[in-house]
Amino acid sequence: MSTTVRTHVEVRGLSRAFDDKTVIDRLDLTIRQGEFVALLGHSGCGKSTLLKILAGLDSETEGEVTVPERRSVAFQSPRLMPWLRVWRNVVLGLPGSPDRALAERYLAEVGIEEYAGSWPKTLSGGQAQRVSLARALVREPELLLLDEPFGALDALTRGRAQRLVADLWQRHGCSVLLVTHDVEEALLLADRVLVMDGGRIAYEAEAGLERPRDLGSPDFVRLRGELLHRLGVHDASAPRKEATT
Amino acid sequence: MPSPHSAVSGTSPPAHGSAPPTTRTVQKATAPTEPAAPSAKPLRPSVTKNAHPGAPRKRPRSRFHVPRGVRRASGPVGLLLVWFLASTTGVLPESVLASPVDVVRRAVDLTGTGELPQAIAASGRRAAIGFLIGAAAALALSLTAGLFRLGEDVIDASMGMFRAIPWVGLIPLFIVWFGIDETPKVALVALGVTYPLYFNIYGGIRSADAQLIEAGRMVGLGRIGLIRYVILPSALPGALVGLRYALSTAWLALVFAEQVNADAGIGYLMSNAQQYFQTDVIVLCLAVYAVLGLLCDFAVRLLSRRLLAWRASFDGEGA
Repeated sequence: MSTTVRTHVEVRGLSRAFDDKTVIDRLDLTIRQGEFVALLGHSGCGKSTLLKILAGLDSETEGEVTVPERRSVAFQSPRLMPWLRVWRNVVLGLPGSPDRALAERYLAEVGIEEYAGSWPKTLSGGQAQRVSLARALVREPELLLLDEPFGALDALTRGRAQRLVADLWQRHGCSVLLVTHDVEEALLLADRVLVMDGGRIAYEAEAGLERPRDLGSPDFVRLRGELLHRLGVHDASAPRKEATT
Repeated sequence: MPSPHSAVSGTSPPAHGSAPPTTRTVQKATAPTEPAAPSAKPLRPSVTKNAHPGAPRKRPRSRFHVPRGVRRASGPVGLLLVWFLASTTGVLPESVLASPVDVVRRAVDLTGTGELPQAIAASGRRAAIGFLIGAAAALALSLTAGLFRLGEDVIDASMGMFRAIPWVGLIPLFIVWFGIDETPKVALVALGVTYPLYFNIYGGIRSADAQLIEAGRMVGLGRIGLIRYVILPSALPGALVGLRYALSTAWLALVFAEQVNADAGIGYLMSNAQQYFQTDVIVLCLAVYAVLGLLCDFAVRLLSRRLLAWRASFDGEGA
């Protein structure tokens, strides 16, 4: 990381409540430019809510949120418009007339340009998720928000998709916030791993591991044990077990 | 044990409250090609990753195979045969129901004199005008109610109330208002068309997937863009179902309307035939109504196939 890193995302004292139930409670968060941050937490801990707020999809909040202008989201399900061809989905919402060549360039980047003219229904889960990534990247986002984008994929497809995201991140240099509940995924991809609990960032670990990362390295295993412990899981003795989702 | 492990495994398939149709089909299509557990992969080596997941999988055919078209035709043809036999053997006297041969003969006669084509043209004109008026009204009402909260409050409750009135019962009132010529007939058709179209389009708009709307907002669609690219397309399947109902209702409404002082049209032919006990003409007119209805239905199905090509459809099981 160079020394001239700009702060890209700045969240101060953010709170969000749904019907008196506080989901996010005076949360602080900083993401540097080009940083890959993973956000871990139990289901319902408010991590997806935080992501929605950063995306600008939820504005009924208290506190200060500073985010870059260009943001994209890849959701847990691909959320493609079934009535638009794949390429049309990619460039949907861009100003001007739909540019198929542009869409195909980004589809090629995620490795499925041959499906540009297909209907989304003909894609597999992994392919649809790639289209969703292409749709996010075509906007050249400064901040890419990933909401458990691999959660619905099978283990093999997930591994490929994770490597793809790592590649794309290095190529585009955008900041990334990855919401996940998979500790290994977080450690494979992120510079920094945050654990969310009680509506705040309860723990944070710099994952200063060399890339590409090795699941078996002692540092990796130590960090994973630490994060699992912070998540309230005490089975570091069976270190491979959490891979089964 | 309340650990992330159990939480993780508990939520691994995405728990959408109301999964959009696409998501479901994508997952369904994924299942055979990409098994969730890696250990299951070698069990299906023949299923390649690039196999078209949307392609229907056929069951092995049985030894004795009747073409589907023949199977479908066997019911109606059998009924016709029974009717024909009952007429020729005298079980079914002509004063009750004319034989199919008489009906066909009468159809040829009336076509030759030009009476039947004229009647069809007159009825078709009524149905078309009434349909267009009703469709325009339904479209305007459902878009207003579907897209605006105020429109919903004002329109939807009223439509619910009016729907409770059987529209056929409005014939006497329409005669009082519009007289006994074309207007009440067209108005009745328009009214019959409005309800099914309105409720299906409105329901379609309101069932637009919130997740897709969110995704649309995220990619930068404004209000107009959301309506054009997300809300209206998701209302389309419902609208087409409504269209089918509306067209069949249009012909039904016409049958009722043409019983009232018609001087042209299929209903006019029918009421004349009733006075002279010409059951063959009555049956012919009923058949014409049926054929016209079927043609409309066929047209809508063609239209649906074109407009809903993006939708994964279920064609029924079996060969």
